[in-house]
Order: sequence, then C-alpha cells, then structure tokens
Amino acid sequence: MELWNLLRRNIMRHTLRSLLTIIGVGVAVMAFALLRTVVTAWYAGVEGSAPNRLITRHAVSFVFSLPLAYRDRIARVPGVINVTYAIWFSGVYIDKTQFFARLAVDADSFFNVYSEFLVDPQQFEAFKRERNAAIIGVEIARRYNLKIGDIMPMEGDVFPGKWEFVVRGIYEPRDQTTDPASMMFHYQYLEERVRQEMPARLGEIGWYIVQIGDPDSSARISEEIDRLFANSRAETKTETERAFQQSFLSAASAVITAMNIMSFFIIGIILLVVANTMIMSTRERTHEFAVLRALGFSAPQMFFLIAGESLILSLTGSALGLSATLPAVEAFQTALPKGWFPVFYIKPETIVLGCLSGVLVGLAASIIPFRRMLTTRIVEGLRYVG
Amino acid sequence: MEKPFIEIQRLCKSYHRDSLEIPVLRNISLHIPESEFIAFMGPSGSGKTTLLNLIAGIDKPDDGQIVVAGTEVTSLDETELAAWRSRNVGFIFQFYNLIPVLTALENVELPLILTPLTKKQRRAHARTALEVVGLADRMHHYPRQLSGGQEQRVAIARAVATDPVILVADEPTGDLDKVSAEEVLDLMERLNRELNKTILMVTHDPRAAERARSVRHLEKGELA
Repeated sequence: MELWNLLRRNIMRHTLRSLLTIIGVGVAVMAFALLRTVVTAWYAGVEGSAPNRLITRHAVSFVFSLPLAYRDRIARVPGVINVTYAIWFSGVYIDKTQFFARLAVDADSFFNVYSEFLVDPQQFEAFKRERNAAIIGVEIARRYNLKIGDIMPMEGDVFPGKWEFVVRGIYEPRDQTTDPASMMFHYQYLEERVRQEMPARLGEIGWYIVQIGDPDSSARISEEIDRLFANSRAETKTETERAFQQSFLSAASAVITAMNIMSFFIIGIILLVVANTMIMSTRERTHEFAVLRALGFSAPQMFFLIAGESLILSLTGSALGLSATLPAVEAFQTALPKGWFPVFYIKPETIVLGCLSGVLVGLAASIIPFRRMLTTRIVEGLRYVG
Repeated sequence: MEKPFIEIQRLCKSYHRDSLEIPVLRNISLHIPESEFIAFMGPSGSGKTTLLNLIAGIDKPDDGQIVVAGTEVTSLDETELAAWRSRNVGFIFQFYNLIPVLTALENVELPLILTPLTKKQRRAHARTALEVVGLADRMHHYPRQLSGGQEQRVAIARAVATDPVILVADEPTGDLDKVSAEEVLDLMERLNRELNKTILMVTHDPRAAERARSVRHLEKGELA
C-alpha cells in the first residue's frame, strides 16, 4: 500500500462524478484550443508576413489602384532591393461560395519576392511561357482536384467577362503560416483584356510589394516612397507587410479580442468545474482526512492526496480535450465556407497552453479544499458528519 | 518513586462559542504509570474525550503541560506533533474510522507508510497485526464487508501496527453489541497484559471500565 493507491482509489470512489468532471474539463479545453486556433487562423497573414517586405498602396484606400508607372521610381529609393506588384482579380470560380485569393502578378518579380511559395522550376518555366497560365496553391489543387494542364474557367466581376486560366504550376507553402490557397496569373494577360475592353483602367495595379535589404530601415524607406508621390493624383501609403495585414484585421478586432478573452474565460470555467468537484470530495472526506491527520500524516502528504487527485482529473480532462481538438478543428474547417481560413492549424503553443492550463487548474482547484482541510482542527474533523 | 509515564500538570481547556467561553477541563493534574490500562468515566460533557485528545496530541490545551514518555507534547508544533503521533500513539475510535476504499490489510498498513519500513516489511507487520486480532482470514475484505466488531478489531490492528507507546480508545465498544464489545475488550486486555501497552480508554460503559486496571471519574472538567 502506498499513498498513491489511496489517491487512485479516491478518484474512483465516485466514478460518475470523476468521469463527468473529466469530460467537462475535456470539452472546455477543446473549446479553448478551438478558439485559439481560430484566432491563430485570423492572424495567419500577420504571422506569415516578412519583415523585409513593405506594401505600398493608395493613401485613401486599398480598393483604389495605383499607376504602374510608380514601379521604377520606387525601385530607385535607396535600400530597395526589388519591387513587384499585384492586383486583386476576384472573379467567380464554380460559384460565389468558392473563395480563394486570385491575383494578377508580375511573373518574374513576384515569385522572387515571395520565396515562401515553392514552385517546381520546370513548372515555373512553363508558367512563364504561357500568357493565360496560372500557378495555384496545393490546397486549391486538392480542393478542386486540379492538376497541371487543367483549365480554370472564371466569370470576372472586378474585370468583367469570361476568363480561362491553364494550371501550369502548383506551389507548396514553405511555412505553416504561408497561404496554401492562392492563385496567381500573369498581369500581362489581364492587361491585354483591359487594353481592349476597359482602356480607362490600363496601367493600373492594386499595390506594390517592396523588398528591402534592412528591415530596420523600413520606416525611412516607407517615408521616402510616400514622399515621392505626395501631392500626386494617387498618393501612397507605405507600411510593413505586417502592418498591412493587421489593417485587414482591424474591422474584426473586436470579435478577435472577444474570442481571446472568451478563450481565457474558458480556463476559468475549467477551474470552477474541477474546484467544485474537489470541494465536494474533500468535504465528504472531512472525517477521513481528520483520521489520517490523527494517524500522523503531514500537511505535504495531505496536499499530495488532494492536489494529486485534482491534477489527475484536470490533466486527464486536458488530454482528452486536446486529443479531441484535432478532429474538432477539422470538422470546424469543413463546416466553414471553402477558403474562409486558408491557413488553419493547431499551433504548438495552443497545445502547450492547454497542458499548462491543465496543470495550473489542477493546482489552483486544490488550494481551497486543501486550506479548508488544514484549517479544520482534527477534533472538529473527527466530529464531522457529512 | 518511579517517574510517571504520562505526566499531566494543571491542564486547562475551554471552548468558545461566539463570545461564550465554555470551560471543559479545569486544572487537571494526573500521573499515569507505564503499562497502565486506565478508563476515564463521567457524564457527557465532563471533558473525558477532550482529555484523551489532548494526551494523544490531536488538540491543544489553553494551559498546562503534558509529558508522554519524556516528550513534552504541549510544546510541539503541528508538524512535530504529527510526527510524534505517528510514532507514539495508536487510535481506537468509537466508529472505527476505517478508510472505506481500502481493504482491512491496507487499512492496517496505512500508518506504516509513515515509518521507514520497506513495502514488504509493512505488509508483514500489517498481516501480523491482523493475526493478533484474529482477522487473518478477512484481510482482503473491505470495511463494508465486515461486521462492526470485526471493523473495530481491524481498527485495533491499525492502532498497534506501528507499535506505539500509548493506545487511546474513545468509546471503543460504544457502537458494538455485547458479544463484539466483549471480544474487543478481551483484545485490549491482552494488549495491555501481554504486550504491556499503555491504554487510555474513555467509556460510558461500567462493564468496559471494569476491564481497566484503574478508573478515574471526571465531573464538570475536574477529576473526581
């Protein structure tokens, strides 16, 4: 007989109550991990942004275009290594619920600047040779069962008309935070159609992506670029890619903050669930604890019994919750409209936070019952009738 | 003159209920020799259980001194008291107070966890203690599977397993039928006679008190 045996049997004393507590903790930890994962997904663009990239956009709003002619002037700013550009194509593929980023880009420079999109060199060469070729992310290929040579017909909205793209490359994301579900095609292809059908919009791009040598110079370079176009018909706003991505989140910041707060409220709920069980258990055992103390069991040994039980309940629940998180995340992603969150994965930090909360909750939930046990005099405990 | 084994000097204890102070023990002085089997009798509220609790070190007096086998119990702090109890005191309660999720053998082994004995030695001691109380064949039974008399015998085995210097018994036959009570008292008598255990027993039962070597009466917190 070891003290551990008594601890183990105490847990099994009210099997149903222990089981319900473990399930309660498990559900709460799963909800916590799911919320954290959604917040992570929201921030994926921010997380994936490179420190050596600046975004130059129209000073009024992202939706206004900039002249293509700015490119060479931006490239001449000291500290700038490379400049590329992109324009939002939008369009409808299959139906309006199928969402993923569709961008017209400068083929040569875009993939130089975005080195995190890994394209097979042969596929990239084939892409460059064909006017209406497109490179798609591996996630798009998987989702729509597309392979090299397939045609992607689209109905234009920002750029009206019927469009056809040939898949010539499928990129792999280099990092977990890299969007695996984007589509890039030649700006020149767009330009040809615009020249014929919408000549007023010729020579316009959405935004510039400026690669710089030293991330510490980003503020100076941003200022210099914006100064170049001050008082022009299209003034610019240059900022780091991170700040640019964050500006997209500003509209949803209240929701994200609420989710963040909720995720930590859930930890509080777990604490209440375990603390409630522990308070009930120790109150029922007031008499037994008094007997153990009379026999000579010390405060640390009593703490081992109470905190051990609390920790086992809490950690088992956490393990259950975390193991259920993976299928829950997958089910959540399936339930969302396609492409809502292109980057959706459980961060290791979320797992660590889940485990850590299990340990902290287990310890915290045992404080009140332990203190109550310790402050109850042995003779009072022996008289206690539960 | 032989030095007393348990020496109690001017012991006072009161309980407080709101602003009311209720004196329970008033200036008790008592000497108990080694290997004594003493019974404390008296009406409810006379302070017998409080006296027993103070000697056993599970309660603290307001004033006075208790020395047991050379240790001044009243000067020990909580941690020291816990260690002292584990080595020196065996408890026998009215309602047995066995741990319901442990078998008879495990219940007897429980206080042995606090000793430096190995797991094997602990088990051997617990078996021997159960054999002494005649329950070797019930060692794997849980308390709910035992009769009241058997439970009390397991409690006695638990009390003697660590070979304590004193056994304190609070109404050990109070919850037992006549036959079981006789068995328990026989056992306590044997422990005193054969193993020279010093036994302090609180009882209301004159037949139980008859088994003790000496009887002291308490009235309103004072020794009669």
